[in-house]
Amino acid sequence: MSAAALPALKSVSPNVQRFKDALRRHPTAIAGAIVLLLMVLVAIFAPLLGTADPQALSPIKRMRPMGAEYWFGSDMLGRDVYSRVIYGTRVSLTVGLAVAVLATSIGLVIGLVTGYLRWLDAVMMRVMDGLMSIPSVLLAIALISLTRASLENVIIAIAITEVPRVVRLVRSLVLTLREQPYVEAAIASGTRLPAILAKHILPNTLAPLLVQATYICASAMITEAILSFVGAGTPPNIPSWGNIMAEARSLIQVAPTILLFPGIFLSLTVLSVNLLGDGLRDALDPRLARRM
Amino acid sequence: MLRYAIKRLLATIPVMGVVALFVFSLLYISPGDPAAVIAGDIATEEDIARIRAELGLDQPYFVRFGGWLADLARGDLGTSIFTKLPVSTLIGQRVEPTLALTVCTLFVAVGLAVPLGVLAAARAGGWIDRFVMALAVLGFSVPVFVIAYGLIFFFAVWLDWLPVQGYRSLSEGFGPFIRHMILPSVALGVVYMALIARITRATMLDVLAQDYVRTANAKGLAPGTVLVRHALKNAAVPIVTIIGIGVALLIGGVVVTETVFAIPGLGRLTVDAILRRDYPIIQGVTLLFSAVYVLVNLLVDLSYSLFDPRIRY
Repeated sequence: MSAAALPALKSVSPNVQRFKDALRRHPTAIAGAIVLLLMVLVAIFAPLLGTADPQALSPIKRMRPMGAEYWFGSDMLGRDVYSRVIYGTRVSLTVGLAVAVLATSIGLVIGLVTGYLRWLDAVMMRVMDGLMSIPSVLLAIALISLTRASLENVIIAIAITEVPRVVRLVRSLVLTLREQPYVEAAIASGTRLPAILAKHILPNTLAPLLVQATYICASAMITEAILSFVGAGTPPNIPSWGNIMAEARSLIQVAPTILLFPGIFLSLTVLSVNLLGDGLRDALDPRLARRM
Repeated sequence: MLRYAIKRLLATIPVMGVVALFVFSLLYISPGDPAAVIAGDIATEEDIARIRAELGLDQPYFVRFGGWLADLARGDLGTSIFTKLPVSTLIGQRVEPTLALTVCTLFVAVGLAVPLGVLAAARAGGWIDRFVMALAVLGFSVPVFVIAYGLIFFFAVWLDWLPVQGYRSLSEGFGPFIRHMILPSVALGVVYMALIARITRATMLDVLAQDYVRTANAKGLAPGTVLVRHALKNAAVPIVTIIGIGVALLIGGVVVTETVFAIPGLGRLTVDAILRRDYPIIQGVTLLFSAVYVLVNLLVDLSYSLFDPRIRY
């Protein structure tokens, strides 16, 4: 063994190396990560990407075709579709990320506690079964229709529909983990419940939770677009992909590109998150990967 | 079997109870004053007070919940704020198109997805397999209305083969009915197909690795017979389960699909209700769809013993 190779090996821990190898075996996950990164950059630098004010009206320049002035054309109010689509990236990514963080953290807390307290478990699971029986789009619509339209309310409504799935996942993990010898050992050596949950159970739920969070992010972006599309989502004064498509609904025969571009951006972003999620799942749980 | 069926039927009561309690409580736990939100920005104090009374928000929570449950048991889903018609009547008028759309979608999706999944597993690594795997990812990434507009643009606007939108009842003839149903049911069915095909493929791969499949092949049965009679039959339980669970995807998609294709069903009723903030309608449709979902999955549960005689209750 040459001495020169050793420092390079030392610099990464075996876990990180294994993770990298697994990702390398999944070129689609890498592609997903790159597209997602691009979208994040687009969202951050939206004002610098040759955009105009996405809300600026110019009634005399309505329904212009694609060209030098309007890259994606202009809509029925003379707004620049390109700028609206670029700024829409911000809404989708914000909603996806916020819902993923919110739903997984709420679900994690409820799941940890119910997985450990038998009496609460039975009640909580019936509640979660009930919530899961309400189709999530309808549940979100019902929640939104009772509150004033705002991005925060959209995020909260979508997060509520995603929580039960996280609770189920965390609970099933906790039920398995609590029977593990090392947890028994911790109990035997007098560790208190909060410490057991925080030090022994929680770290082992994080990997599957991360995968789940990725899928939640993807499905939240779709739900936001659906809600905006049917008029129960992001308020009309914020350009979101769902809003742009909803406003162009009747223009399919006249100006299909107004529908096309937000559709492509939305699908591409959701696809990249899903591919990243599949890659993470395979990298973190080889057992499951072989089955799917 | 009957005892098990009754037991399972009873077990749906707490689930539906939670659904009802939650949908009802939304009016009370939502931040702000729902009556003011529903009344809109230009409403007067009297308008808000009237809506509060119509929703029963002027009564104590438990009194109102009791009355509401009693109404529900009689099939009374409340009264629409906007049209003043009973919600159950409004729903009744709109059931047919939605039922037609979901049944067509079920046929399209199950009819395509199960054979695709079976073939993908039979020729693992082949082009059908790759197609199914790609569909599984794409189906969950491209939202239903993007697929719908893609189909409309290609088949209705560009090729002019099918109508852009609209609905014809079955009573107006089978031809027009089907012509108006093809695009919506394909659009709605894609995500459902992706789900079913993926699970069918995964389950079939497991089953095809079993000893008795090798035996069947070894004794010289036709490959098709082995695939369908031996393997698919034993893979039926997970497939039927996912068909039941996937109904939730269909229900969510119906709202969007009916909007895109201007189909006057329950989804369209809901979307119109959103614009008018007609909460009783949204509440009624949500309750109905949740009940359908729970019932479908109950039936799926009970069908297991049909597919697998080893399952006895």
